[in-house]
Amino acid sequence: MVNASETLPETKRYRILGHPTDLSGHVAALGPVPLPSKAPRTWREDFVSVLEASGLPGRGGGGFPAAIKLAVAHGAGGRGVVVVNGMEGEPASDKDKLLLIRSPHLVLDGAQLMAAAAGARQVTVCVPEGRDHVAAAVATAMAERANTQHAPTPETLVRPPDRFVAGEESALATWLESGASLPAFRPDKGMALRIGRQAALVHNAETLAHVAMIARSGPDAFRSHGLIEDPGTCLVTISGAVENPGVVEVDRGTPVIDIARRATPRQTPQALLVGGYGGAWVAPEHFATPYASLSLRAVGSSAGVGVVVVLGPDACGLAESARIAHYLAGQSAGQCGPCVYGLPAVADDLARLARGRVDVALTARLDRRLQEVNGRGACRHPDGAVQLVRSALSVFAADVRVHADGAPCPHADRPTQLRFPSSLGTAVA
Amino acid sequence: MIRVVIDPVACDAYGFCAELLPEAITLDEWGYPIVDGTPLPPELVEVARRAARDCPRRAITLRERKAHS
Repeated sequence: MVNASETLPETKRYRILGHPTDLSGHVAALGPVPLPSKAPRTWREDFVSVLEASGLPGRGGGGFPAAIKLAVAHGAGGRGVVVVNGMEGEPASDKDKLLLIRSPHLVLDGAQLMAAAAGARQVTVCVPEGRDHVAAAVATAMAERANTQHAPTPETLVRPPDRFVAGEESALATWLESGASLPAFRPDKGMALRIGRQAALVHNAETLAHVAMIARSGPDAFRSHGLIEDPGTCLVTISGAVENPGVVEVDRGTPVIDIARRATPRQTPQALLVGGYGGAWVAPEHFATPYASLSLRAVGSSAGVGVVVVLGPDACGLAESARIAHYLAGQSAGQCGPCVYGLPAVADDLARLARGRVDVALTARLDRRLQEVNGRGACRHPDGAVQLVRSALSVFAADVRVHADGAPCPHADRPTQLRFPSSLGTAVA
Repeated sequence: MIRVVIDPVACDAYGFCAELLPEAITLDEWGYPIVDGTPLPPELVEVARRAARDCPRRAITLRERKAHS
């Protein structure tokens, strides 16, 4: 993997990428993690106020404020677990893998800080089965830290199955408890997650790296980047029809096309996929949209995980979207009817559209299915798929009209420009 | 204000609820119930309780409307 950020000039002082990997280099460059020595209550109040002042949102896709999540877990009381979510099931995302390989100590420092603040007795890092190079980097870092002042809370590494939904936070908590990666139905999101009787505080790896940096540099350094309502830097994985795919660290609010350009698109993009496979397509007239939650929501997308995929002019956006929908349908945990039956049906409708195999009822049926599937799963997996397909119908509306008249797309049979973990995504069903 | 909440994990599309409470519950094309999340009219609360009781999967709860959306 190429890291595009290394070829670009350094701008400001706050960043989470580019720090030394080994423990002694890490401590020499950044100083020790500011864990409490005495008076833990005072330390905790200071830490929480710094975290609140930073306004750090979770960087795993949900964007939920890290300080509030901590407060919920702490409020649940006693003997909790901090879970480092390094699952990164999103096929177009490499940021957490990169971070865990290059800066494992930063992520673990963040977990230690959260454990101290939440009163947790355990730090558990989750890296999926199969990603042995990531797991090896984490294990090496843990061995360096074990029995030092850098790791007062014990750290362990576990290997859940490599599935898209396995990284959903309640699925991760369920797997840790019972060995099954199943999202839980949680009508009240204000309740802490639990693993058995222990409160679980699940944070994305990138979020914890920011926690470790913010605890050292203070909230103002973080907030000197990005927007007032969406501060800081974030990692974005750029892929698709580009010369130089990789992970970059950008200020929130950077126009999405400027992020795409850092990976050198091969030709003028036809559209950008922003936020991941549960994100949305962004049309050329919105290429200047800032990479920020509110701005992206206004154009039908969401910030999601940091992902920008460049779609070149020689691709069929509908066929590519059908591949994504097909992939997401196959990644359902299989618990909720609307997801189990709805996503394959939606993917099939979209594939028919791309092929020009359209019956008169198709577009109305697809619209109805999208409306009915949305919001009806225990987790938000189906909602992401719906958002993606809706954006495809809007951004590629001209193609929809052509194909609805029975003309298949000349590009529908080309190899995909997207990334899929298996051969699943290569054929349009 | 009371509203119907379906646990989509528990639900197995028996469909009894939509027969008992068609005013508030419809079925999708696969037979799974759709609720719109709006408060139940007071005259439907009793039959909604019955629908919750009669669900073979115990997938229906009636909730006081507050907090989450």
